[in-house]
Amino acid sequence: MTNNNIKLGRVLATLAAGALFGFGLSVSTMIRPEVVLSFLRFQDFGLMLVMGGAVMVVVVTYKLAPRLMGRPLLDDHFHIHPSTWNRDTAMGAALFGVGWGLCGVCPGPAIAGLGAGNWDLLWALAGITLGALVQGLRADRANPAMK
Amino acid sequence: MTISLFPLGWQHYLMGGLLIGTGTALLYVLTGRIGGMSTVFSSTWSFVVQRTFFQQPRFVDSRSWRLVYAAGLILGAFVWWLGFAGGKPEATAVPVWQLLVGGFFVGYGARLGNGCTSGHGICGLGSLQLPSLMAVLTFMATAFLTANLAARWLA
Repeated sequence: MTNNNIKLGRVLATLAAGALFGFGLSVSTMIRPEVVLSFLRFQDFGLMLVMGGAVMVVVVTYKLAPRLMGRPLLDDHFHIHPSTWNRDTAMGAALFGVGWGLCGVCPGPAIAGLGAGNWDLLWALAGITLGALVQGLRADRANPAMK
Repeated sequence: MTISLFPLGWQHYLMGGLLIGTGTALLYVLTGRIGGMSTVFSSTWSFVVQRTFFQQPRFVDSRSWRLVYAAGLILGAFVWWLGFAGGKPEATAVPVWQLLVGGFFVGYGARLGNGCTSGHGICGLGSLQLPSLMAVLTFMATAFLTANLAARWLA
């Protein structure tokens, strides 16, 4: 394969992976804020199955793929993304939960919902986009020398 | 009266979760990338905001594929909508101000805490990281609290 073909392959692979993700979000009905809110109000425990099912597949894949394949099919290394626990993580997660509990929309469904014609979710999408901007501007002001 | 944990059935939840996991797994197997969702909301700003924070390599270098990934999300939901849901537009009865204000906290919090339901939840738990587990427990706790208080006070 030429270099350009591999690049195109990566774009298509990323699109296909996203499409599966968005299809799954729709099948699980997580693109309906009411379903998320009924879970958060202990009326329907379905979201445990959504999270459990997704995590199960990913645990196995993240564990086995590097061992069995050495490198991904269309690139030269597997990425890692270590998470850290500090004040920002704690505060961020807490605020995220407050917002999620108020609107029933998290980032994935906010994007995917548009594909199912749920235009109401544009309000949530606007809120998320704005929130991410304000967070970045505040972080920038607190630490302008950031690399 | 029987109290059901899954009054709307459980199969579609499990199936949806497995599909979401398969999407994340496919991205990893093919490209090696870790597919959390909330970073796209910071990385896309790097196209227009020149501040140092947004111009970090982790945003600039990933902003293109993250947008493609997000487009895939819309595409997948579109296929479901037309092929499996009869093309009737989805709508929500959650008030606009709740979507907007809630969304703001979702965006601000997810970016400050470096992850959302998919980043810390699926990818972080999927790579067995303790800090992600703590993040998930934290946002679940405040989400349960907020949703129940909101049901009581705002309904």
